[in-house]
Amino acid sequence: MASDAAVIETNGNEPSYLDYKGKHSGIKGWLLSTDHKRIGILYMIGILAFFFVGVFLGFLMRLELISPGETIVSAETYNQFFTLHGVIMIFLFIIPGIPAIFGNFFLPILIGAKDVAFPRLNLFSWYLYLTGGTLALLSIVMPGGPADTGWTFYIPYSVRTDTNVILSLSAAFILGFSSLLTGLNFITTVHRLRAPGMTWFKMPLSVWSFYATAWVQVLATPIIAITLMLVAIERLFHIGIFDPALGGDPVLYQHLFWIYSHPAVYIMIIPAMGIVSEIIPVFAHRTIFGYKFIAFSSIAIALFGSLVWAHHMFTAGMSDAGQLIFSLLTMIVAIPSAIKVFNWVATLYKGSIDLATPMLYVLAFIFLFSIGGLTGVMQGVISIDIQLHDTAFIVGHFHYVMFGGTGFAMFAAFHYWMPKMFGKMYNRKLAKIAFWFIFIGFNFLYFPMLVMGWLGMPRRYYDYLPQFHPYHLISTIGSWILIIGLIIMFYNLFKSLKSGPIVTEKNIWGGETLEWQIDSPPIHENFTEIPVIEERPYVYKDNEPPVEKEETV
Amino acid sequence: MSSGASNFVGSVDGVFLLSIIISVFFLVLITTMMIYFVIKYSRKRNPKAVNVHSNTLLEVTWTIIPLILVLILFWYGWVGYKEMVDIPEDAMTVEVTAQMWLWKFKYETGKVTDSLYVPVKKAVKLILTSNDVNHAFFIPAFRVKKDVYPGTKRTIWFIANDVGEYDIACAEYCGLNHSYMYSKIFVMPEAEFKNWLNAVSDEDPKLLEELTGGDEYNSENQ
Repeated sequence: MASDAAVIETNGNEPSYLDYKGKHSGIKGWLLSTDHKRIGILYMIGILAFFFVGVFLGFLMRLELISPGETIVSAETYNQFFTLHGVIMIFLFIIPGIPAIFGNFFLPILIGAKDVAFPRLNLFSWYLYLTGGTLALLSIVMPGGPADTGWTFYIPYSVRTDTNVILSLSAAFILGFSSLLTGLNFITTVHRLRAPGMTWFKMPLSVWSFYATAWVQVLATPIIAITLMLVAIERLFHIGIFDPALGGDPVLYQHLFWIYSHPAVYIMIIPAMGIVSEIIPVFAHRTIFGYKFIAFSSIAIALFGSLVWAHHMFTAGMSDAGQLIFSLLTMIVAIPSAIKVFNWVATLYKGSIDLATPMLYVLAFIFLFSIGGLTGVMQGVISIDIQLHDTAFIVGHFHYVMFGGTGFAMFAAFHYWMPKMFGKMYNRKLAKIAFWFIFIGFNFLYFPMLVMGWLGMPRRYYDYLPQFHPYHLISTIGSWILIIGLIIMFYNLFKSLKSGPIVTEKNIWGGETLEWQIDSPPIHENFTEIPVIEERPYVYKDNEPPVEKEETV
Repeated sequence: MSSGASNFVGSVDGVFLLSIIISVFFLVLITTMMIYFVIKYSRKRNPKAVNVHSNTLLEVTWTIIPLILVLILFWYGWVGYKEMVDIPEDAMTVEVTAQMWLWKFKYETGKVTDSLYVPVKKAVKLILTSNDVNHAFFIPAFRVKKDVYPGTKRTIWFIANDVGEYDIACAEYCGLNHSYMYSKIFVMPEAEFKNWLNAVSDEDPKLLEELTGGDEYNSENQ
């Protein structure tokens, strides 16, 4: 992409998007802004705020489980904690996460556009996000307290509990629309707004991943929206849809729920894979290995990932044919992820590797995601899953994928792109110290869950048998180490915004995608002149023997 | 000859072990390669990178080999699962009812208990249903688990290999006391079990009443 022909010039006088004065100024200039970069920042504020709430709930849960019996809260409160932790982390943090923050901020820049296709819709999506989040928080303070059903809202329990299930459902429903509209926006943007010359195979890999994700968002989200509405109708009007006491079928609910919620797992992880594909070539300073294989594997994951939902229900009692097909497809969906991992590792080969903080997080991603993926394969094997289903093993597995995968990719993205977004640099040494705390704490926290899950420790348990105590104890200590790391990391990042050294360089890491050719922080409409793309991304021409280096300008 | 507490342990643990061997192999391979490359091609040692674009043979290799391995795992998992659903016809039947937050077991003689008593080395079939919300019947030591729904019946079976007692847990979240919905399974020599089954109940009559009464699903929620 680093087309020698299109060296982008800025006149140096244009204010950055942070200082830009449009129709509105002050706080209104943010809350009514349709600039994709400002909306990205708005999302970032919201998403991080909810992340901190989610982490705090997780911390309290681990503290409760440090010893058997009641430690700090009652069983009812604990059940509400894990529900709220799940709802917040899934619907308000991980699903919007990377697309809403970094997709909004960088997708248009990466394809050489001035904004997304529908900037007003984009702002509207943020308000939907805010509304959904507010409803989720409201359920805490309303009489009845937050839902205690688990984030899966399984029927019939969710029809019978007295807690504020309807509020939580409405929150998830509205958040679904926010996600869907963002997806629609991104699909249109990628189709319509690519810079001249940027053919599909000249798109950066993160654009491929945002694109694949957007399709899943658009196709799968309506199903959860309808399902959650049916639950609300069942609760309010006692119409039998899922509750057997009213003549409904609880397994139907589980199918509908997972038809969305399994693809949602890929909404969470595919953008993270895009970030990894973006960062590795930059810090290995060489071209990506197997560009097309990585691009197509995103699409393959999105496709196959939509057809494996019932592997969440192997113990529910499906027909043998159902079990067979869903197990087989689950095995196959592991392959595109494996292809990605191998290509990433191969990209390190003969590179010139700089172990800066973003790269550390990305390498940790590969390690943790591999554990998450391999334990996922184990669960796809039906007879093993009979033992593992609904145990701590599952909890460990999906935290390895969602937190070790998506979470670590997001942390990588923060350290990679923050100098570009804000024109400020964090303390690099402190960032690495934080990384090691987070990485070590993470493994202490989640690995014991895999072990005790296999040994028969069920999930969503407020109390446990004495033989599981050592694992719970180690896990809780791990949570403290992890949280210390998170505190150091966010302290470092926030402090850099206030008083970090100013970055004026356009390209601090030596990246070759378009964002590194524009100002830090970018100007209001990103480019003074729309670039013309002539090369594939990640060319790294300076690696080639000089003969090939013909000046085109 | 017994290879674990129930007839399923051998098969489930075998494929689990195989999956662990495969997983550890790949994890070690990926991690070692990564660390090796990071050290060997660090910017200090290797200031000038070389562009290596793609290698179709390599791509095909690392697609096909994992594919074969996961298909092997899939197959053994499927075979193991088939054993769990092919119930022998001569199996002894126990009706299991779950309700918040206890289990009750009704035997062919009409006897009802709150723990499960079974003879050793005999096929036992459990017919599972729930009085209220979803539960899951889980005997970790036996590698046996099945979701339990109100209004419908699910079936599982097993052969206990050794005399002893094991935990029964509820694995599907079912509200306040989900984590206390534990029971026990007592595996007894066959003769002893027969005596027990035919003897007059030595259980607390009050408890029995509680167990056989209160059919929440049928009485309250119509």
